[in-house]
Amino acid sequence: MSGLIKIFDNHTEAVEVEKGVTVVPAANTIITTIDKIASWGRRSSLWPLTFGLACCAIEMMAAGASHYDLDRFGVIFRASPRQADVMIVAGTVSKKMAPVVVNLYHQMPEPRYVIAMGSCACSGGIFNTYSTVQGVDEILPVDVYIPGCPPRPEALIEGILNLQEKIKNESYYRERCLSGVCLIENSKFGAKDESHRNSEEIKR
Amino acid sequence: MNPTEIVKRLKDSFPEEILWYRCFRNECDVTVKKEKNREILLYLKNTPSLEFDYLIDLTAVDYLGFREPRFDVVYHLMSIKHRHRIRIKAEVPEQGCCISSVADIWKTADWFERECFDMFGIIFKGHPDLRRILLPEDWNGFPLRKDYPVHSDLGDKEWKTYRELKEAARGWKDNES
Repeated sequence: MSGLIKIFDNHTEAVEVEKGVTVVPAANTIITTIDKIASWGRRSSLWPLTFGLACCAIEMMAAGASHYDLDRFGVIFRASPRQADVMIVAGTVSKKMAPVVVNLYHQMPEPRYVIAMGSCACSGGIFNTYSTVQGVDEILPVDVYIPGCPPRPEALIEGILNLQEKIKNESYYRERCLSGVCLIENSKFGAKDESHRNSEEIKR
Repeated sequence: MNPTEIVKRLKDSFPEEILWYRCFRNECDVTVKKEKNREILLYLKNTPSLEFDYLIDLTAVDYLGFREPRFDVVYHLMSIKHRHRIRIKAEVPEQGCCISSVADIWKTADWFERECFDMFGIIFKGHPDLRRILLPEDWNGFPLRKDYPVHSDLGDKEWKTYRELKEAARGWKDNES
């Protein structure tokens, strides 16, 4: 087998191509830390959950379509939370929808990230009303906020690139559980929230 | 048929039940006694030359601080055959906040009345399935009433499930800092 492997480069000295990444061309080897490898893998294939709540979802769809083409960043929308890494909360979150959003978040595998897209998801926007969540950060740990009403696809792309930057500097094992397991343990809403359906009482 | 003619026919048929009416720019609204709303609406639907077969909308208005009785239930009617329209209003007081359902006269009233109950807390007697339609079933209060909080901070009126969600979030928010 070894005869099949040809060494194209006879350069045997290690070359530092980037801080913390060393290449030995002759040995066909890269030397780096596990943090770098893990975050490279994570940030290069951010699969968001196909999940739209309002007009921001239209911009998200536009960003995903051929003109803006999110695929070139490795961003491919997934229709299942089990296959998703990032949740783009695109639009107004109503209080009735909040348990569903949290439920979907808990169904995503770790590590998982949240992008709040648009002013409604960031802060409630113009809807300072009884039925609207005043920013999705009241119920979920948000990593990136994208302002705009709605944000243009370029803004969404920048938000995703910022999230990639954030992941780049993250350690492979996250000690504090920002968006971590402790949320499930402390919460009653881990993938079984039906409490709002069971109520037989209607307040009159 | 001209709206004023419809009002005139209504007045001839129900001299006691019509409280008053108002016409403006060829649109008429008729205020009726709430006890007789079914009879009047059935008459409007079944009389051959009127035939209001389409209930465009059913909603309510809260006149808190303006007048008593507090609510108006408003029926927007249209006849697809004769191309004429009319608006019927029935006043509903805050005490004993109820009115007879018209869900058996027009099928579409079923969900309209549920929405009206959801937002104003007006009870439609004889409705087949009077539940909240938009808000969660265990929501407190009726949001379109004028004495409901305008802003998002509902205080202790907050929906129970959402309050629990926020408390669950407090766990990781403390960890984060």
